[in-house]
Amino acid sequence: MKRLHMALLAALVSASPVLADEEAELVINGDLHIVTRAPAAPHLEGHLDEVISGWVFRSDETQALQMDDFDNPGMVFVDRAMEVWNTVDGSEGKSCASCHNDPAESMKGIRAVYPKWVESAKEVRGIPAQVNDCRENRMGAKPWKYEGNEMAEMEALITLQSRGMTVDVAIDGPAQSTWERGKEIYYTRYGQLELSCANCHENNFGNMIRADHLSQGQINGFPAYRLKNTKLNTVHDRFKGCVRDTRGVPFKPGGAEFTALELYVASRGNGLMIEGPSVRN
Amino acid sequence: MRNPLTLAAVLAALCGSAALADGTVAPGDVKYEDGAVAVSLTGTPGDPANGPAVIDRKGGNCIACHQISAVNLPFPGEIGPPLDGAGSRWTEAELRGIVANAKMMFPDSMMPSFYKTEGYIRPGVAYTSKPPEGPLDPLLSAQQIEDVVAFLMTLKD
Ligand code: HEC
Ligand code: HEC
Repeated sequence: MKRLHMALLAALVSASPVLADEEAELVINGDLHIVTRAPAAPHLEGHLDEVISGWVFRSDETQALQMDDFDNPGMVFVDRAMEVWNTVDGSEGKSCASCHNDPAESMKGIRAVYPKWVESAKEVRGIPAQVNDCRENRMGAKPWKYEGNEMAEMEALITLQSRGMTVDVAIDGPAQSTWERGKEIYYTRYGQLELSCANCHENNFGNMIRADHLSQGQINGFPAYRLKNTKLNTVHDRFKGCVRDTRGVPFKPGGAEFTALELYVASRGNGLMIEGPSVRN
Repeated sequence: MRNPLTLAAVLAALCGSAALADGTVAPGDVKYEDGAVAVSLTGTPGDPANGPAVIDRKGGNCIACHQISAVNLPFPGEIGPPLDGAGSRWTEAELRGIVANAKMMFPDSMMPSFYKTEGYIRPGVAYTSKPPEGPLDPLLSAQQIEDVVAFLMTLKD
């Protein structure tokens, strides 16, 4: 109670944005308990002690939207993707369901381990690359735009099947060199403002940058429904926005650089739980 | 010596900085000494009245990272220290150096270098995500830097 009063008072006095209660717990639909703070993975030693979900840093109102699927605006798009899942497309007369049946079974656990090394493709891939592989090579359908709405919505449907599972992407073995590349990108200061991901999300999470409350830039909540653009946003879309904000030139969504960065950022969230589709401002 | 061009040339020769035709020191020619810049970048005193405009979003957006009580701008950031009293903590030369290129004073600082045009990785044209076709302008002009430095000098404890 004391906290709340203080926050209210601060809001009234300084007209600063109201910050969320950082001790709040994320329970979805009254029964799914989500771990939003976890000890950092060993590879983060010397960088972070604790990893924290972006949900923790959002306002009380935004947090609440993610706590009930009837209030979560992202869920409408999951329903839409379920229709697409069952719809035949392309020259082979197939839908996703033709091969993968019920996503609740076939897609369970996928989001928690992606991006990952795909042996048949001999490269690290995110979920969208796999979706487009199926569309082109199994369905004879046109690939979707990497950060377009169809892809974001299908990724949300796939992600939902892992909600509440612990993020556990592999960073060793054949994925290691991609992971190293992603790490290098994370710590590179891009653009005319010369800012790295780490400048904002490792050294300054919890601080305000103008009116924005900086989080750790975790991706366990993606795809994320943003109140700002009222749609689901993919990980690479967010990366693009963050690099643009350094007065820089972003890498191509779906390209090797952002895929490597996605693997690295995902690994910084090992120990947190999959939350997508999340709600953000 | 009535010719301003000659004056600038002489000044440049004296202080070891090459000056542009209008007497402005080019970004690549600024001389830093322990992070400080002794000579005015324009050769004329800055106007503190323009300081608040430079501090705002359309200028150097200092307010994104710093709180400054003397300007009435909402939602100041908390990345860097509050700038209240900066004029008591630092000399004019030090403030000029910090604003022009803070990394000379604070190695690895997160603060952008406002008077620099080279050495960037994947620079874009402002927030367009497009690569520049020619040379980039510095984030702030020499005049804007002199103005904000003059303004910071008025922030006394
Ligand atoms: C100039 C500061 C800045 C830089 C540099 C920056 N970001 Fe961000 N980022 C933000 C802000 C502000 C937000 C929105 C608030 C938040 O979630 O932190 C954000 C949000 C995010 C989010 C969404 C987190 C969530 O839970 O919704 C991700 C992911 C992210 N950033 C990743 C990155 C990566 C990767 C890089 C480097 C390529 C990067 N950011 C560089 C400022 C920055
Ligand atoms: C992206 C963040 C950022 C922006 C934008 C920024 N600064 Fe800074 N500034 C910092 C940080 C961080 C420091 C602390 C020095 C360090 O890096 O250790 C600092 C330090 C300073 C100092 C020394 C502070 C003191 O009192 O000891 C001054 C003066 C200053 N900044 C002025 C400015 C001005 C003027 C602008 C805009 C033209 C500006 N800054 C924009 C991050 C920023």
